[in-house]
Amino acid sequence: MFRIDFNKLRFLVCDDNPHMRRILRTLLHSFGAREVYEAEDGATALEMYSHYVPDIVITDWAMPIFDGLELAQMIRQPESKGNPYAPIIMLTGHSEKRRVTVARDAGVTEFLAKPISAKGLYQRILNVVANPRPFIKTKTYFGPDRRRNTNSAYMGPERRVGEKHEVLQQPSLLDKARSSI
Amino acid sequence: MAKNSAKDIEVTAFATHQIITQPNPLRKVLRRVEDKDMDDPVSRAEQALAGLAGEFKDWMTTEVNRLSAAYVAIRNDGFTKDRRDELFRAAHDIKGDAATFGYPAAAGIAESLCRVIEHAPDLERVPAELFTHHINAILAIVHENTKLDSISVSAELSRRLRKVADDYLADVNRDRPEHLEVILAPSIVPAE
Repeated sequence: MFRIDFNKLRFLVCDDNPHMRRILRTLLHSFGAREVYEAEDGATALEMYSHYVPDIVITDWAMPIFDGLELAQMIRQPESKGNPYAPIIMLTGHSEKRRVTVARDAGVTEFLAKPISAKGLYQRILNVVANPRPFIKTKTYFGPDRRRNTNSAYMGPERRVGEKHEVLQQPSLLDKARSSI
Repeated sequence: MAKNSAKDIEVTAFATHQIITQPNPLRKVLRRVEDKDMDDPVSRAEQALAGLAGEFKDWMTTEVNRLSAAYVAIRNDGFTKDRRDELFRAAHDIKGDAATFGYPAAAGIAESLCRVIEHAPDLERVPAELFTHHINAILAIVHENTKLDSISVSAELSRRLRKVADDYLADVNRDRPEHLEVILAPSIVPAE
């Protein structure tokens, strides 16, 4: 069995709702985390991201002015001076399939649909800590490898060219989101 | 701790993409432990969350008052982008939080309201009753929670409002297949 030393991890939590921030802070502290920084909008979160260099970002999606999707896109800038590789967990009330796809294409690492549960949050954190995925850079995408399809015969329109069929044996982000409770 | 130095990052180039690999920057926080030494952080967190339960009623009241105020502003002065966004965010927060706070039926009704706001082609033409019935139902569930036969009544209320809202959305989006597809798609969150 593996245990995470949460007291060595630095979290950045971004949610405009103070009640949800309180819940997240409570859960993370009870897991053992000591360093939990909080932002109430995406712009503040981006500043804090540069300043505190968190290990893991947990962000809401729907926020005023600068939302969680834009935050993910700003973090995933391959030429940035900061760290473009930090795991991003999108914690959101959105629960439609197309939202998962949009979040994935913005470079989000894990998707967790509300209502939040201690188990769901812990599993997402464990996964980003224990099973980091390689990053992919294309003309239109920079972020964690989105391929989890084990069908090596796939020849669809977005087939990558020039490599062996290397795929990660993981359920899709959508399947994981469906089993978030 | 979270960032490797540039020399640790390996980039392999292919025709259409690059694959970037690096040692796991978080490997140092993982420790192998014997089963007997494994505590249960999830159980500990659930207990901590239960410790907040005494505040949930007040938090939920704050959330529904915000929703109500957002709609009053629209009723008095009409829809603008800012007012529409505030109504959506207030409903969306209830959709996400209410089940955690002990009001799952309110979450379902808030989800239905979010769908109306998101998929109605013209919010000015949505019957006012569709908004007021959703908002009043959420208010009633929260304010009267101890008086209603809460689980059965509020769950039935949630189901009926969702049916009315979905019928309305299916009708007004009959010529907008991209919205119709989303409206008819099942949620990724398992039903209660």
